[in-house]
Amino acid sequence: MAGISTPRPCGDYRTSYKSDMTIFPTRVSRNVAIFGVLLLALFPLVNNIAPFIANDYHLSLMIQIGYYSIAAIGLNILVGFTGQISLGHGAFFGFGAIFSAYLNETTGIPVFFTIPLAGVATAAVGLLFGIPAARIKGLYLAIATLASQFILEDFYARADWFSGGSSGIAANYVNILGLELDDDKKYYYLVLFWLVIALIAGANLIRSRDGRALVAVRDHYLSAEVMGINLTKYRILSFGISSAFAGVGGALYGHYLGYVSAEGFTLLVSISFLAMIIIGGLGSIMGSVLGAIFITLLPETMEVLATVALPESIADGKAYVKEMSVGAAIILFLIFEPEGLAHRWKLIKAYWKLYPFSY
Amino acid sequence: MNWDLLFQLLINGVIVGLLYGVVAMCFVLIYKSTQVVNFAQGEFLLLGAWVCLYFLVEYEFPFWLGFLLTMGFMAIFGIVVQTLILRPLIGEPIISIIMVTIGFSTFMQSLMNWVFGNSAVRFPQIFEVEVVNIGGLNVETAYLMSIAMSIIIMIVFFAFFRYSRFGLAMRATAYNQQIAQSLGISIKQVFMMAWAISAVVSAVAGIIIGMVSAVSNALAFIGIKVFPAVIVGGLDSIVGGVFGGIIIGVLENLAEFVDGQYLHWGNMYQIAPFYILIIILMIKPYGLFGTPDIERV
Repeated sequence: MAGISTPRPCGDYRTSYKSDMTIFPTRVSRNVAIFGVLLLALFPLVNNIAPFIANDYHLSLMIQIGYYSIAAIGLNILVGFTGQISLGHGAFFGFGAIFSAYLNETTGIPVFFTIPLAGVATAAVGLLFGIPAARIKGLYLAIATLASQFILEDFYARADWFSGGSSGIAANYVNILGLELDDDKKYYYLVLFWLVIALIAGANLIRSRDGRALVAVRDHYLSAEVMGINLTKYRILSFGISSAFAGVGGALYGHYLGYVSAEGFTLLVSISFLAMIIIGGLGSIMGSVLGAIFITLLPETMEVLATVALPESIADGKAYVKEMSVGAAIILFLIFEPEGLAHRWKLIKAYWKLYPFSY
Repeated sequence: MNWDLLFQLLINGVIVGLLYGVVAMCFVLIYKSTQVVNFAQGEFLLLGAWVCLYFLVEYEFPFWLGFLLTMGFMAIFGIVVQTLILRPLIGEPIISIIMVTIGFSTFMQSLMNWVFGNSAVRFPQIFEVEVVNIGGLNVETAYLMSIAMSIIIMIVFFAFFRYSRFGLAMRATAYNQQIAQSLGISIKQVFMMAWAISAVVSAVAGIIIGMVSAVSNALAFIGIKVFPAVIVGGLDSIVGGVFGGIIIGVLENLAEFVDGQYLHWGNMYQIAPFYILIIILMIKPYGLFGTPDIERV
């Protein structure tokens, strides 16, 4: 599977198991990561001071990138680390969004707590729909998840009591101890909080015993079984884990929009999640975020390109050009950069590390 | 119990099922000979229908000419898709191959929506007689033609693989690519041929469906409906694809009947095949006619 063996630059030795398993190989890289999060936390503060860099529109894009990243990390655990293809991630994302709104509406549990609860509930749904994975894999599994996408979609459209049917369901704003997160600036911090948790959880999962088992199942499932890894357990478990991320991402999506339409979670959403992890890089937590950034910004870029550079006749079909660009991006990345943006980033890092002497 | 309605629906099921069977055959052909799962089969079908319609409406060609031109166009299109998009990915893991066809399908869908529009368009009238009377039953000519064409396509498929030299080469490639290559079969040609045939035959199915109902982007959903059919039949069995198509066609109409008469849930017609798909996968993971994958370490 793509993206497993990233070549380490010459001279980058790891002499102990501990140093091999560490998240941040050097002190600098850890500090850069912490600094990066702080920088992101400052983003809303400079909002509208320097409108060219940060304005309300940029902020809302950042929030979108945030919740899509969380779901993409989940999908990457399933596809990139366990090697199981899911075409139903969009439906799980939708389940999180609808469940969180529904739970808040019916029981009155504050939204702040329904978001993780939506993650738990979606994990349960993921485990249920992951059951076919116990017996089938590869292409057959992809088709089974395609079926679960349509079954769930149909369920949302049908279950008026749950999703509000065709009229949708209202999702309340988040309220923490009387502090209403009613504008983008405040909501941004909530998304950032969950994104950091998702990143830490994802990165640590891969270092754990269970994470190594998942990777072993991907690399060679027969050998993994011979070594005593319970295939059924880990295959279904990875569906559960991945859905938990999707559920949290979906809940954040729902409460951000303030309204969840049951019809918004089509196969196209699932495909765009797959596009994120393909473009970002399979089997890379960082790659999921890069892919989410790419897919969120791609339509925006096409919008700008269509208005600036393209002739009138093409600019008319802007909406179609945007959709086409996602498909084209998937194809081009698979042909020319199958390891994704994360791999490219590693190559760039290695290049500068060794700068004057490339070998 | 409304027997007349049930009978009518079952007939519908067989007619639609035969068409599913044709598309499933195309899908299996590509899968068997090139190991590619084509998620864009529905787009092939839709493109064929649109192009044929375009020739008939814009240039006012007679039907046979428009039909032949469409066939030629689709053959070239299939070859171009294979060479440009799928050849670079030979030997890549299965997810890349699935994703590239999914990406291609989204690309084609929006491109076709853009070029041909979102609304449903009816074919100009092709048959002079709309309805034929057979043994007291009134049957639409388009339906008759649909049955006839499906059966003809299946027979041609059978003859092609059984008796022609190229068919033999394709079967050899499907059996084992390396051995076939070492015996002098050009794998490149076989791959291109498989895609060309598949594109052409799907286009025929698309034109038939377009004539029976109307051409709209909803036709592409048949490419998704084909999955239950091929899974029921087994992914690598052409005969299985045909049977699977008929089974799914009949079952979805039965589901519609049960739903309309007793359950009143709605939308069962669309969703029932997917429940069947999951059940079949749980019981017989390789379908009714498929060969189990035996792996050695």
